[in-house]
Amino acid sequence: MSKSIFIENGRIVDPSQNLDAVANLLVINGKVAGINVDPAGVDPEMPRYDAKGLLVLPGLVDMHVHLREPGYEDAETVASGSLAAVAGGFTTIICCPNTNPPIDTTANVALIRELASKARRCNVYPMCCISKGRKGQEMAELGLLFESGAIACSDDGSSVEDDALMRRALSYCKMFNKAVLCHEESSALVRGGVMHEGRVSNILGLGGMPAVAEDVMVARDIALAESVDGKLHIMHVSSEGAIAFIRRAKARGVNVTAEVTPHHLTLTDEELRSFDSNYKMNPPLRSAKHVKACIDGLVDGTIDVIATDHAPHTAEKKLQEINVAPFGIIGLETALSLCVETLVAPGLLTWSQLVEKMSLNPSRILGLKKGTLQEGADADVTIVDPELQWTFTPNLNHSKSSNSPYFGRSFKGRAVATIVDGEIRYTF
Amino acid sequence: MVVALAARFFKPIEAMLYTKDNWGALPAGWTRSHLLGLEDLSAQEITILLDLAQRFRNDVLESPDNLRKIPLLNGRGIVNLFFENSTRTRTSFGLAGRRLGADVIDFTAGTSSVAKGETVVDTAKNIQSMGIDAVVVRHVCPGVPQLLAKSLKGCAVVNAGDGAHEHPSQGLLDALTIRQRFGSLKGLKVAIVGDIAHSRVARSNIYALQKLGAQPIVCGPSTLVSSYWKDLGVETSNSLDELLGECDVFNLLRVQFERLVASPFPSVHEYSKLYAMNADRLARCKSNVLILAPGPINRGVEITPDVADGPHSAILDQVTNGVAVRMAILWAVLSVSSAHK
Repeated sequence: MSKSIFIENGRIVDPSQNLDAVANLLVINGKVAGINVDPAGVDPEMPRYDAKGLLVLPGLVDMHVHLREPGYEDAETVASGSLAAVAGGFTTIICCPNTNPPIDTTANVALIRELASKARRCNVYPMCCISKGRKGQEMAELGLLFESGAIACSDDGSSVEDDALMRRALSYCKMFNKAVLCHEESSALVRGGVMHEGRVSNILGLGGMPAVAEDVMVARDIALAESVDGKLHIMHVSSEGAIAFIRRAKARGVNVTAEVTPHHLTLTDEELRSFDSNYKMNPPLRSAKHVKACIDGLVDGTIDVIATDHAPHTAEKKLQEINVAPFGIIGLETALSLCVETLVAPGLLTWSQLVEKMSLNPSRILGLKKGTLQEGADADVTIVDPELQWTFTPNLNHSKSSNSPYFGRSFKGRAVATIVDGEIRYTF
Repeated sequence: MVVALAARFFKPIEAMLYTKDNWGALPAGWTRSHLLGLEDLSAQEITILLDLAQRFRNDVLESPDNLRKIPLLNGRGIVNLFFENSTRTRTSFGLAGRRLGADVIDFTAGTSSVAKGETVVDTAKNIQSMGIDAVVVRHVCPGVPQLLAKSLKGCAVVNAGDGAHEHPSQGLLDALTIRQRFGSLKGLKVAIVGDIAHSRVARSNIYALQKLGAQPIVCGPSTLVSSYWKDLGVETSNSLDELLGECDVFNLLRVQFERLVASPFPSVHEYSKLYAMNADRLARCKSNVLILAPGPINRGVEITPDVADGPHSAILDQVTNGVAVRMAILWAVLSVSSAHK
């Protein structure tokens, strides 16, 4: 497959070089060779892509994906998950280490990289665990894991309850200039919880996961990061209080960043009235005021990143009683369209700001040389048709799992071509 | 004189002759093939069930001829699908089904394949395939009746208690008991006391009471009575003593030790000092106060034995009404679901 392509007539939106203009983009041997080059000088044999009326973006980066391999291959594999990623316009995904066994050894990091390179869909970088076995007791061999290719560390799925361990990890990762990615909840405060604690959980008699469970952990981790000058990234923030803590911490210069998921921007706890486990996630869908706080946080820059927390589960697991069904939904193929609908269409974010949240900022946080179309950069490009009307159906779903609450929903705008390393890896 | 004598003479014979044909049709206002909760029911639907229950109690359960059966559901199969322990609710549904002529079988999770890892939906589908027309389900998890209603085609589903969510037959039988004592629920103040947070009885009671014009007040320690109740238009209180002279009915919930994740009060001793209905508190209540308890009661915890067995208590009457209410529910949902077949 050719690693060179000439993309013409598209509107290139690249915040890394403050660019938003109709221009052509030349890719040679998997690298960006130039923008606005003279077409007369381009090899006439080179493949061309007419992007008239389309947006040409630096490839989208999702820094929070569960690929379930090794251990839960009936729900997702590196191959199926990375196919879903390119179908959703993502050229780079970061996968979480809560597999079985967890990614806490260099051998497991190597396995993920091997599987991703075989799948040849998008770039896949594994996170490693913060703690050995993801047990929250002692640090994993973080230095060796980073050296072998782990892009960051996280015990996602649970918080690091041990204050001292968390502080040590923040301090230790500084040596490698790596962020510690944190799932934030006080396990004591969410024990027995199924959904956001509030009016709806009270009506349904379902165990509550109060927003304050997230707030106290975010406050603790900010304090710990501040005390050792560490680099902290808050995963899937969902509560008004936590966002306020992050906003204040950023204002006084703490090295903290945050991400939010598309579902926390678009759904509330009211959906649980159906008792449909496709609305059961962790952190839980919260009430409208928290959804508004998430959107406000994105708009004012408190929240840096939109990440899917793509969490595949088999149908038989999700069909269980709501107390027993696992947390999480798939999200790779609906994320961009949901963000267009919720953020760009109403004018809350410009396309350039959306690209920051979905490409440039996650790359910067992780220290990846992605999220840009500057000359010499890796030729990862997402081409978007902002006007295309489409409906998400099971037939379009590329994930191995189908735990999405968005089936049947119609959208305007989606990725129509995904180019990784100069190769077209997906077209719609 | 002759007419009066004749009426006296013929009435029991008339009662004895109730059959499928002369019992009458289901009121047109009832169209549901499931009873999953009371939240979505209208006042009219609740009244239909209460009126039916009253008829079943008067004309069947307490019929002068002592026949106590009416063959409205002959040949129907009903399963009590209980994934959680229960004695009175299961017995009551079982008896209600048999009084209507249905075949009722009990399924208990402990003795079944659930212990072997079968999902609740698979279990229910298997049982339905044995020729079951209605499933009466109790489960520790809220929403299981909704899950079964979605998964089982052509089968009526009755919620016999789903976690802390709803217990509609209990809500109805409590409302019926109150209606029998006061004639109407309009304007009555009804205190629901105790472990409100974990109580499906509280939730179903609140919906029935509100729709029928009574004012529910939930009362208990602040750790069990959240501010979210106010969103439902329910008054809240942390002091039973403050409510004594004000309320017409006290419904004393059982402390559900099995559902408490972490103890929300320091000790049972402290709880019963603050919230138990005892003789001293009863003396400060209205003279016609009605005392209810959904049972099983923890004697000496939420209610003292003298009050439980005293003249204001309707605890055993509630149990009798329970059979009548469950007859009404089973007949109503099965009439609709079989009409759809």
